[in-house]
Amino acid sequence: MDLVPVTAMVRKDLRLFLSDRRSVIVSFIVPIAIASFFGSIIGSNNREPAPIAIGIVDEDGSTIAKALSAGVQGDKRVAVTVSGRDEAKSQVRQGKVNVAVVIPAGFGERSGRALFAGGAKPELELLVDPSRGPEVALVRGILTEHAMEAVTREMFGGRTGRQLIDETLRQVDVSGMPAAQAQLLRDMLASVRRFYEGTSQPGGGPGGGPGFSMPYTVREEAVTARDLVAYNAYAHAFAGMGIQFLLFASTNLGIAVLLERQRGLWKRLRSAPISRRVLLGSKIASGAIISLLTLLVSFGFAMAVFRVRISGSVAGFLLVAVACSIMSATFGLLVAALGKTEGSARGVAILAVLLMVMLGGAWVPTFIFPAWLQRMTVVIPVRWAVDGLDAVTWRGLGLSSAMMPTITLLAFAAVFGAVALSRFKWEEV
Amino acid sequence: MLEMRGLRKAFGSTVAVDDVSFGVQAGTLVAVLGPNGAGKTTTVSMIAGLIAPDRGEVRIGGAKLAGDTNPAKRRIGLVPQDIALYDELPARANLEFFGALFGLRGDALGRAIGSALDLVGLRDRAGDRVGTFSGGMKRRLNLAAGLLHDPDILLLDEPTVGVDPQSRHAIFENLAELKRRGKALLYTTHYMEEAERLADRIVVIDRGRVIADDTLEGLYARTPAAVGQGRGAGGAPVSHVSLETVFLTLTGRSLRD
Repeated sequence: MDLVPVTAMVRKDLRLFLSDRRSVIVSFIVPIAIASFFGSIIGSNNREPAPIAIGIVDEDGSTIAKALSAGVQGDKRVAVTVSGRDEAKSQVRQGKVNVAVVIPAGFGERSGRALFAGGAKPELELLVDPSRGPEVALVRGILTEHAMEAVTREMFGGRTGRQLIDETLRQVDVSGMPAAQAQLLRDMLASVRRFYEGTSQPGGGPGGGPGFSMPYTVREEAVTARDLVAYNAYAHAFAGMGIQFLLFASTNLGIAVLLERQRGLWKRLRSAPISRRVLLGSKIASGAIISLLTLLVSFGFAMAVFRVRISGSVAGFLLVAVACSIMSATFGLLVAALGKTEGSARGVAILAVLLMVMLGGAWVPTFIFPAWLQRMTVVIPVRWAVDGLDAVTWRGLGLSSAMMPTITLLAFAAVFGAVALSRFKWEEV
Repeated sequence: MLEMRGLRKAFGSTVAVDDVSFGVQAGTLVAVLGPNGAGKTTTVSMIAGLIAPDRGEVRIGGAKLAGDTNPAKRRIGLVPQDIALYDELPARANLEFFGALFGLRGDALGRAIGSALDLVGLRDRAGDRVGTFSGGMKRRLNLAAGLLHDPDILLLDEPTVGVDPQSRHAIFENLAELKRRGKALLYTTHYMEEAERLADRIVVIDRGRVIADDTLEGLYARTPAAVGQGRGAGGAPVSHVSLETVFLTLTGRSLRD
């Protein structure tokens, strides 16, 4: 095979690509900008998440209510605004506050009784922004922690608690409970009273004891293939955006073939003694090179600026990147083969790319999809590309983890190429 | 040099070219004259290998032309009707690319580019982007792109469409020079004055069929005015017979219909 025409066609396509400022910006700068944004909002474990905005409305004013409010305000996971009910409601409505907690009148007394003696439990009213479901769940947990602490501290050491213990002791005498059991309860309550009297603050303020607290703390450890491999959200974001924009670049290359037809340029190509295989092979080669450049420039930026690392196999990374680029180039050829006009081909191709990247996990990881959708997305080539790049970057896996994505991407390339070849319009009038 | 025998091509139920046969000798220009849709471009496309004829054959130097990679395609240069150039690239880069398609490289490519640019008078604009060229300059560069590999046969498909008179004259001069160099030129047009000025032979095509293949004088001799020895219908004297009259006589309708 004469390589002169092949290299000439590839070089020409690269020159055309680089001479088009818009193409260069779209292929190199836009994915970097979008991936940087996605990476920053997805965040990483190395950074504290933004506190949840919550409002507290204290309609009770009891010692327990004040302690609950103070406990929540001291929690770093939330940013608290104390206000009246109407103002809190307005803030939730405007989206300034995700959840407002209303502590109703009588909460302190009834919660104490509910802890010791059962009975009706008081309600904490939550005014929630319906679009902030995950935050509301977290706020429930935070409230549970601080409510238990506030109520038990007061009940075991505060004035309210002492009054309730005295009252319960009196009731034991008239309860008709068996004498042995009544004695045991009396002993327990008296012991609790004596214990907390030693630690309570003088003057009948809030109980000085610690109250109940969470009986455990949590230590999280990121589990990746190797020690010291930290998750970096930018790795996924740049993989996803890089793949999206290399598909866009290949789409443009396919459109360029349509335009070459319209402008009669394809006639010149076909009039030369060049085989169809060489013509299409050159297009695939130039498309793959441009795609690979797009991906490598994106990752290069991510490595330099956001400390993304190929923590796994470098060879695996290159294999997946090359296979993904070839798949993308054959997709561009498919656009050229199936497209009729520039406008219609561009519209359909962009729709196809957006569907592929959306379902392939390029925007958000596929693990947040429903299980049935996760199973279905194995037919999307982007899914394999993203998973393959994730595996060898932040997961730190070896070459073997890149083999299946590489083979699958090449299989997609073969299918795209075969369909393009069978549907390509060769005759020029 | 170039010979077509019984070419036929149909697109669905429409027969674009039917039993077209004629030849072009070295150092001559054959004009293929016919109205739009007559089958001129389809004929050129079959000769250039852009489409395969349903029937018939194209021979170059006696050898049948068939297949995408037939080396005989190197003996053909195509100047398509469209301005088939990359506006985004400089003229030289365009010519480097089209030359490389025919296997040219290095010094040979450089010499071919220089020679082609000299012929069309664009050497001083070689470094400029084609997008900055006028329509006439683009047409001349379009011609140069078909000449790079020094073909024996040049297929020119309406190469002066949309060109100003000055550039058209320059293109005619270029073609005359190529003819002097012994090239076989096939020139399609629906401009009668171009055929009259340039052609050694004229092939008239209408509705996909060759209805005349003769010299200009031979075609004139077929008209009633010529038979009447310089007098038109009604006996009025005429200064000369035009190809318009010839076409009307042969087909019964105007070339511009």
